[in-house]
Amino acid sequence: MLKRTPFYDFHVSAGARMVDFAGWEMPIVYRGIIDEHEQTRRSGSIFDVSHMGRLHFSGKETIPFLNKVLTRNVADQKVGQSRYSLVCNENGGVLDDIIVSRDAKNWIMVVNASNREKLVKYFGDVRRNTGLDFDMSDQTDGTAMIAIQGPKVIDRLSSVFPTDLKALKRYHFVSDSFMLMVKYTVFRSGYTGEDGVELIIPAKMASMAIKMLAGKSDKPDATIKPAGLGCRDTLRMEAGMPLYGHELGETLDPLSAGLAWAVDLTKEFIGVQKLREIQKTGPARKLVGLELEGKRIARQGTPIQLDGKVVGEVTSGTFSPTLQKSIAMAFVDANHAAEGTQLAGDLKGTMNPAKIVKLPFYKRN
Amino acid sequence: MPTPTDRRYLETHEWHQPQGDTVTIGITQFAADELTDITFVQLPKVGTKLSAHKAFGEIESVKATSDLYSGVSGEVVAVNDKLNAEPGLVNRDPYAGGWMIKIKVTDPAEVNKLLSTEDYLKKTGH
Repeated sequence: MLKRTPFYDFHVSAGARMVDFAGWEMPIVYRGIIDEHEQTRRSGSIFDVSHMGRLHFSGKETIPFLNKVLTRNVADQKVGQSRYSLVCNENGGVLDDIIVSRDAKNWIMVVNASNREKLVKYFGDVRRNTGLDFDMSDQTDGTAMIAIQGPKVIDRLSSVFPTDLKALKRYHFVSDSFMLMVKYTVFRSGYTGEDGVELIIPAKMASMAIKMLAGKSDKPDATIKPAGLGCRDTLRMEAGMPLYGHELGETLDPLSAGLAWAVDLTKEFIGVQKLREIQKTGPARKLVGLELEGKRIARQGTPIQLDGKVVGEVTSGTFSPTLQKSIAMAFVDANHAAEGTQLAGDLKGTMNPAKIVKLPFYKRN
Repeated sequence: MPTPTDRRYLETHEWHQPQGDTVTIGITQFAADELTDITFVQLPKVGTKLSAHKAFGEIESVKATSDLYSGVSGEVVAVNDKLNAEPGLVNRDPYAGGWMIKIKVTDPAEVNKLLSTEDYLKKTGH
């Protein structure tokens, strides 16, 4: 039985096509993936991301615990700050990529839907093995989460929220309430390459909130319209952002994936020894951006060749609606990973020219 | 859009419209909707010989790549070149403007072995 988010009825009434995503019945598309993609880049979109896990941590040894399982230091993180980080296994492989936020009374960790149960169990194991004193509670079911993304979002929402969104810095957040009744936490972050916010509210307030935020979204010229997981994927690809199961996984390390900025090798955490070794020799493969000639798409698993020899493999690929080009991300042998290198994608035996380009493919003004 | 009753189908969602010894092939609205926005259609050249139930091309959308199958054998006599510049025609008008190829068939009876509209809808469950 698939789980449903508190916005399920809204999706159906808005005409969404629902699919199974990590055990959740989620909207993949409402009007068209390209339409929703362009709406996000031009104006604004609202995404249901309630399927993502929301874990709360508190107790006196929360910081030592988080520093043990996360690749970045949280000790200097201030109340109201969020950080992107990775959870690694002993081999330096990635168990998940997460965002951890320090609130006044607890820490909030947003994790991938597909990894939530695995992480809850893993964190429990770490607690048993280390004896660290902290509490963990899974708040996913009691809350709902939406992302509102696009260049016009902050202006449009400024009249709706009591919080001063314009003053909220990137990767910062505020816990506040509407009329002292409806509590919410609003983050200046997202997964589309656009400005915007992510919002956590109590699950029982979901239908009220969606009316307030997407009430007139069925109008053709609405500033903010609903968007599905289909364009969330094409948006994040243009923005060069990794997706777990594609650019990240238990046998892939964050240094190869270009995430060295999110790994603090000067502190001790699970997996650090292995990552220090990789850092010393340099990763054998590197994540690169590829621009393919023509309109064919190199999907995940497409072999990448140089002079007839396989030197890499595609992790994600699509036809970029913004650039009108076939783009892909791929792991490529480090000695062939320089920008400008001419490679080829093996599309079922047809060699399609592919050039290494700088990531991200798209950057907002 | 209702599934036309003047054609025969494959379970892989290609429609076949016979007209004398020529059969026109495209994909159903259901398939086009499932693929979402179509970005590219790879079709064979005029003159290509095709065998029934073999792939003759590929269709790409932002979401997936799928093979295109012909249910009949013969020679390609026309290709819808409009799809090069406007692959979205397949989404908007799959049963007319979004046609893909015309085949001069080896055996005009072969098309009748394909699924009827009713059987296609039953088999594909929509």
